[in-house]
Amino acid sequence: MSKDWPLFEVFIRSKNGLEHRHMGSLHASDPEMAMENARDVYTRRQEGVSIWVVASTDITASNPKEYGELFEPAADKIYRHPTFYDLPDELKHI
Amino acid sequence: MKDNIQALNDIFQARIDNGESIEPKDWMPEKYRKTHIRQISQHAHSEIVGMLPEGNWISRAPSLRRKVALLAKVQDEAGHGLYLYSAAETLGISRDELFDQLHTGKAKYSSIFNYPTVSWADMGAVGWLVDGAAIINQVMLTRTSFGPYARAMVKICKEESFHQRQGFEIMLTLTNGTEVQKQMAQDSLNRWWWPSLMMFGPPDAESTHTEQSMKWKIKRKTNDELRQQFIDITAPQAEFLGLTIPDPDLKWNEETKHYDFGAIDWDEFWQVVKGFGPCNKERIDARVKAWDEGAWVRDAAVAYGEKKIQKSKVA
Repeated sequence: MSKDWPLFEVFIRSKNGLEHRHMGSLHASDPEMAMENARDVYTRRQEGVSIWVVASTDITASNPKEYGELFEPAADKIYRHPTFYDLPDELKHI
Repeated sequence: MKDNIQALNDIFQARIDNGESIEPKDWMPEKYRKTHIRQISQHAHSEIVGMLPEGNWISRAPSLRRKVALLAKVQDEAGHGLYLYSAAETLGISRDELFDQLHTGKAKYSSIFNYPTVSWADMGAVGWLVDGAAIINQVMLTRTSFGPYARAMVKICKEESFHQRQGFEIMLTLTNGTEVQKQMAQDSLNRWWWPSLMMFGPPDAESTHTEQSMKWKIKRKTNDELRQQFIDITAPQAEFLGLTIPDPDLKWNEETKHYDFGAIDWDEFWQVVKGFGPCNKERIDARVKAWDEGAWVRDAAVAYGEKKIQKSKVA
């Protein structure tokens, strides 16, 4: 009869000025408990100043099988990088 | 179809050989998945069961300083168990299934936790030796090929070093104490030394999993290599404490630059693995009791969570 508690993903901002980063996941019966548990599981040593918890089922993830069509087209677009452009060495600050 | 699987296997092995990490949704051989579920869950169960022998001493710690440290250590172990269960779950097994495997004895946990903690000195020896051995294994695993496992290990290793230091400090205090306290520390070392060496698993020649695990970079060192590393680090620490390691054959070998050591009683190891250690039954009974008696709390929390969602929809 027992139901599994849903899974939540935990994101933590380690200090102001930095972004929230994925730290891991945990089970909780609702978002409020997920927040409380995230504090205990992931910030026992002052690892964070802000926490986001997101139900894992609400995340849409890319499929590794689609790696080719998603990411490979960027590989031959080297003109998007500054080093593609030939400029004389004596030129400064550019 | 068979050729197809073979090709996928080859691509997979090439990625491993190339030092790439494997992530949960990547294609992986079924055996890689199963091996990881087994190993990561065994590791998680060890953290969870590992709280029991130490929990035994929280209420009897000799000072507040020792008590807060032990509480923090046990709380860390709960956290480490959770990191590891989450890593195992990325491979498609549920938390409930994992618990069920522990409670029914289908999954193992480290045999070391089937030994009793009979004196306060055991809190010292466990931290120093058991956590010391665990750290050697876990540092290696920070570079394991499966991403979620490696990331869990990085977090665990960061937190674990205080565990070993607080253990050594307990030993140091005892060995600097009265004759009786010294004797307590020595007695504890006598009981924990050999089981700690067994933590690295059977010798390479008899280890069924080592070869494949090395090929898949699950492990990067063999059981015997890790065991030797532990002995080489720990023997001088025992000397520093003025304690005698209970092995008459333990001796520095100038040629190999390693310690030689005596034969390990593998019969004892297999007895404990098979369920006949001093505390196997007690440990599992404690886990099952906690799980069963907590069922109504878990159910109530789910009901409460659902009710809150419904209320917010109505409002």
